[in-house]
Amino acid sequence: MSKASTSTTSKISSFVLMIIFVTLALSLTALILALYAFPQNPEAAGYLLLIGFLGVGLSTYVLLQTRRRILRLRIEATSITTTIECKKCGFKSLREFQRGDYIFKEVEPCQKCNDKMLITAIFREIKGKRKEGFPS
Amino acid sequence: MDTLTVINILQSEILQWPGGDAFSQILSILFYAIFIVFIFYGQRIQMYVMLREVEGSLHKLKYIKDEGRKTTIETIKEIGKPQTDPTTRVDRFLEYFTLLPQSLDPAGVVWKLEHILDIRDARFKDEVKLMAPATDETQTNNLENTLEAAMALNYIYKIIRHFYLLGKKTLSLYIIMQIQMILPLVMREAEAYASALKAFAYGQPIGDGAGALVGAKLMYGHEKRKVPKDCVVSTVPIEGRTAYVVKAEGPGGNVGKTGDAIKTIIEENEGKIAMIIMIDAAMKLEGEEVGELAEGVGAAVGGPGVDQFKIEESILKYRIPINAVIIKEDIGDAVSPMRKEIFDAADMAIERIKQVVLEKTKEGDKLIIAGIGNTIGIGQ
Repeated sequence: MSKASTSTTSKISSFVLMIIFVTLALSLTALILALYAFPQNPEAAGYLLLIGFLGVGLSTYVLLQTRRRILRLRIEATSITTTIECKKCGFKSLREFQRGDYIFKEVEPCQKCNDKMLITAIFREIKGKRKEGFPS
Repeated sequence: MDTLTVINILQSEILQWPGGDAFSQILSILFYAIFIVFIFYGQRIQMYVMLREVEGSLHKLKYIKDEGRKTTIETIKEIGKPQTDPTTRVDRFLEYFTLLPQSLDPAGVVWKLEHILDIRDARFKDEVKLMAPATDETQTNNLENTLEAAMALNYIYKIIRHFYLLGKKTLSLYIIMQIQMILPLVMREAEAYASALKAFAYGQPIGDGAGALVGAKLMYGHEKRKVPKDCVVSTVPIEGRTAYVVKAEGPGGNVGKTGDAIKTIIEENEGKIAMIIMIDAAMKLEGEEVGELAEGVGAAVGGPGVDQFKIEESILKYRIPINAVIIKEDIGDAVSPMRKEIFDAADMAIERIKQVVLEKTKEGDKLIIAGIGNTIGIGQ
């Protein structure tokens, strides 16, 4: 239940991947060529260096963007907590929500006093408060 | 002036540009070319950028819609134990529509609307029973809510797709612009419905149930009886007064007809009700805290307006004062599993109700406290 679901839409197209990797390979080649060309022709080496860095930067950016899109296409499943309390002795326990749980449902007997326990709360907690960005 | 002369002039002009080397000249020409292209095709480029943005969101909407459909079918198979594959029936259900009554002559439109909504509700329940024969009443209600969320996602996707394709077909900037501008809000709503669908499928309490939770907490441990329609009421002593606490019957996904329930209790007491207090979840504005309480007057009940109308009619007949306590949350919180802040706000709302009761009523008075909202995952 806590697993984030994925689908076929979240896969990266193999054609796009191929273009990215070809660009990356060509850019790296340009960088290597620049190293070799530097002693004989520094001007050409400069151009090759520029092309190489631009290519590496561009392909890395596109790859990261595609990955970010996949991450955005996931529906985040949140963790839901069920609180169970014993009304007699006050014993309290927390567990992950299970199908069939509802607030004020009587569940298994108390570990301490063997009296019936009650689900008193079901909620989700959001870790890390978002900043509103404007004073109240 | 012949062509050769023009080329010669252009060549000499180019060579006079600052940074006269070949690389700078190419950059300058490129800059001018881009400038000219933007003058003539700027709007079209802007339109393609917008279309691309809408297309990206449409992909996400399709994914959310497909996931919703898949979850719904899986839930039906899991708890409904159908004899046949429910996929075709679910797909047919997702296209279900409701035509609202004609309001050219508005007199009596509320009753017509109520009738249409009753038919819709009965039809939905029948469909769920056919799809999932092994379900009890609670599960039927939860499945009905799940299907409604899947239906909403399907509808949102179709509307956005319609405008996207229409914009692409007509290449009208204004059609594309309209949809691109409201897209962030639409996506927010779709994401809210996606998490609602999961909550409904598992029977988890949602933020909208904040009012119902207050009602449940007040009536817990007291005798309950059913009141029309799909509601329960308990007689609870509060600060020396007699309170009729009303909420929709849980723990299945149900909002009940609180308008009918309140009207029944008022009639049972021949109108001798000192005050009505309604508790409901309400939309917060950006910048406000989730679970913040606010107090006011009026019938705090959402939906298509039938219940609000009925409550207002009943209180007007006997001149009963009505107060409201609202628990603030946004659309995402309202339909997704209940946040801890909202859960904690229920206790604060009870304190606020007691304060109102002490301030506005006398000892021995009778009052109605109505906890409004979807009672999914909340018993009584």
